Amino acid sequence: MPSEKMLMIGSHVVAEAAVRAGCRYYFGYPITPQNELPEYLSARLLEVGGTFIQGESEVSSINMVLGASAVGARTMTSSSSPGVSLKQEGISYMAGMELPGVIINMMRGGPGLGNIAPSAADYFQATRGGAHGDYRTPVLAPAGGQELVDLTFVAFDLADKYRTPVMLLGDGLMGQVMEPVIFPDFIDLKDLPEKDWIVDGCEGREPRALFSMFLGQQGELYQHNLHLQEKYDKITAEEMRWETNCPDDAEMVVVAYGTAARIAESAIEELEAEDLRLGLFRPITLWPFPKPALRELSKKVPKVAVFEFSLGQMVEDVIFSVGERAEIYFHGLPGGIIPTPADVADFLRSAAKGDGKVGRRIDV
Amino acid sequence: MITRTTFAGFGGQGVLLMGYVLCHGGMHKGLDVTYFPSYGAEMRGGTANCTVTLSDKKIASPVASKPDALVAMNYPSLEKFEPTVAENGTVFLNSSLFTETPSRDDIEVLQVPTAELAREVGSDRGANMVMIGAVCAKTGLLTVEETIKGMEGALKGKEKFFPQNQKAIERGFAFVADGK
Amino acid sequence: MSTEVAFEQIFGRPESLKTNPTHYCPGCGHSVAHRLVAECLDEMGLREKTIGVPPVGCAVLAYNYFNFDMVEAPHGRALAVATGIKRVHPDKFVLSYQGDGDLAAIGTAETIHSGNRGERISTIFINNAIYGMTGGQMAPTTLLGQTATTAQAGRDARLHGSPIDISRMLAVCDGVVYVERCSLTSIKQIRRAKKAIKKSYQCQLDDLGFSIVELLSPCPTNWKVSPKAAWAWVNDEMTKTYPLGVIKDTTGYEDKK
Repeated sequence: MPSEKMLMIGSHVVAEAAVRAGCRYYFGYPITPQNELPEYLSARLLEVGGTFIQGESEVSSINMVLGASAVGARTMTSSSSPGVSLKQEGISYMAGMELPGVIINMMRGGPGLGNIAPSAADYFQATRGGAHGDYRTPVLAPAGGQELVDLTFVAFDLADKYRTPVMLLGDGLMGQVMEPVIFPDFIDLKDLPEKDWIVDGCEGREPRALFSMFLGQQGELYQHNLHLQEKYDKITAEEMRWETNCPDDAEMVVVAYGTAARIAESAIEELEAEDLRLGLFRPITLWPFPKPALRELSKKVPKVAVFEFSLGQMVEDVIFSVGERAEIYFHGLPGGIIPTPADVADFLRSAAKGDGKVGRRIDV
Repeated sequence: MITRTTFAGFGGQGVLLMGYVLCHGGMHKGLDVTYFPSYGAEMRGGTANCTVTLSDKKIASPVASKPDALVAMNYPSLEKFEPTVAENGTVFLNSSLFTETPSRDDIEVLQVPTAELAREVGSDRGANMVMIGAVCAKTGLLTVEETIKGMEGALKGKEKFFPQNQKAIERGFAFVADGK
Repeated sequence: MSTEVAFEQIFGRPESLKTNPTHYCPGCGHSVAHRLVAECLDEMGLREKTIGVPPVGCAVLAYNYFNFDMVEAPHGRALAVATGIKRVHPDKFVLSYQGDGDLAAIGTAETIHSGNRGERISTIFINNAIYGMTGGQMAPTTLLGQTATTAQAGRDARLHGSPIDISRMLAVCDGVVYVERCSLTSIKQIRRAKKAIKKSYQCQLDDLGFSIVELLSPCPTNWKVSPKAAWAWVNDEMTKTYPLGVIKDTTGYEDKK
């Protein structure tokens, strides 16, 4: 049965959703601002017969995920920016070995140790592969609340469906904000498709090996990478997600994701009183970025305004999508401060006028 | 309708709990709610604040541009957040602790002697409950029953505190109704 | 048919080894170690429930030789990967097979903490005092004075630190129940090693804790000596830094001499 409506902070929401999505194995290392997530699971997983291990590092934690995944479990880890950097090695191996798993990144300010305030400066790391090699990781960007529940389920399903690590990209603010959510019922792991590739002992079958090294001289690695690319092409074709709310007569569409999108949405509401007709385009998958949908929209709307909690990362994907079809304005804030809708409204007003007072016009 | 309320004070004054009560009460009433706390390094300075948004429509930003109401449980909180309050907003001051008032004249002020009122109903630690009662009464955000429901939701598992807290909440409502 | 009964097979390939020829150099200890690992699995009936984790290093392709399920691990992370496996399948048999760089340098944290958590895993540690796969660089276990391509004048304690004895480091962890060091350079020691490996397996089957068998192993290619000289060097030099024998045993097993 679905749960009652419950008030929970974002980090707890993701944790509970993961348990209901069938995750019984969590491995992680503490880092602010996402500690509430492992703290919740350390107790919750025991209740449902699962396993929680606080690893000795992010590096070991992601490799415990790798091991648990290799033997068939739904498994996850979570961290915040510096910790996710440490996990990148394992994510690359999982991509190469085609192992499912879910990685939560509640982003904080960087580079280096940065600070613990919300940020969205890991966009490039998340969407461009993150570590070495020619691979991509599907990236889901919830905007908080119920979507944290829904996309956590999607993350585990995508991971299994495509045998790939999947990242859920939130931010420190989202992890702390409390909102009402309703959880779906626990999935029955027996209802999931059987994994015919796992290594759980070779009783009654030929032994299997899972590896990412292809030393063969017959182009084995080349073929493997082409195989991975086919998979990424399929994900791109079938799994793009976005939300758009754009009146037909909009003079400008705002592109933002995650918490930034919610603040932008309130800014748009505030500007309705000033007769500014604005729309919102919110990518939900950051990779694959919903380029075709944004491209179509940009044919109808003369201006595109991009707002990010970083100094300019997603804007590159917007440029790839929009090209010269519309004027592109950008306003980015580095991590470490929390903007209000009024701050974003200043940018949108400026972009609508094209006066360059807040943000800047992008020269494509 | 959308109303944003910022609660601020020292750690230990039950500032965040007031936010929980409003949040739970709003949810119980069928409103959309968001609760946005200060966290991390800011918390370690000994101050705490949170912003609660209630709306009959889906809430976009959990971050407020200008809160409609400010609850300042100590003077530094008034100093810090007074400039952010919306015009014609309401400021609730914990007059048991400080008697300064805002310098702005475009906001309404209600001074609540929270500690005295709490003591009156036999609840030394119920100052925050008196205050949330006064806030809900004055703003009309929640009825007294909804506020009590909110308190019960926020303190699930700590039922032994319910009777005292209920009295303190009711005292806050009465203070607004009777002006004393 | 009557002619066939006259023959009885008394020696052969363990089922836990595939028929693929290995890429190991002549005189390398890996071949012997592989065989011991496989024989013990066979004799204890564990092959079909075994999941092995090979290292990054010369044995990175061990899944081509071992005839049971295997999962590759990033360099140094074998015991983290093995931890994930064992926690999901406590009823399966989990084995890590690691070299000195993997286990005692880049993977030191994973090694110590897996041991300290008492993960029910059996670890076979191949110590050949050199980096083999990458071509003879200094290992954490390289002896003082021993030359390596990154310590061309020989290992110097002031410059490089002394050889690390990770087996003894593990022995101080409560979760570690059995640590023994053997060598692969005499018939007697190979027999001793086999017994140790079986005992390590038994620790896991009996749910006692973490166990490790360190095998001093010759690397004639990177030591730049003949296989015979390599055996002698293990016996005469390596055992001075790494004395053979039981380092820790809290199993309570009766150990027949």
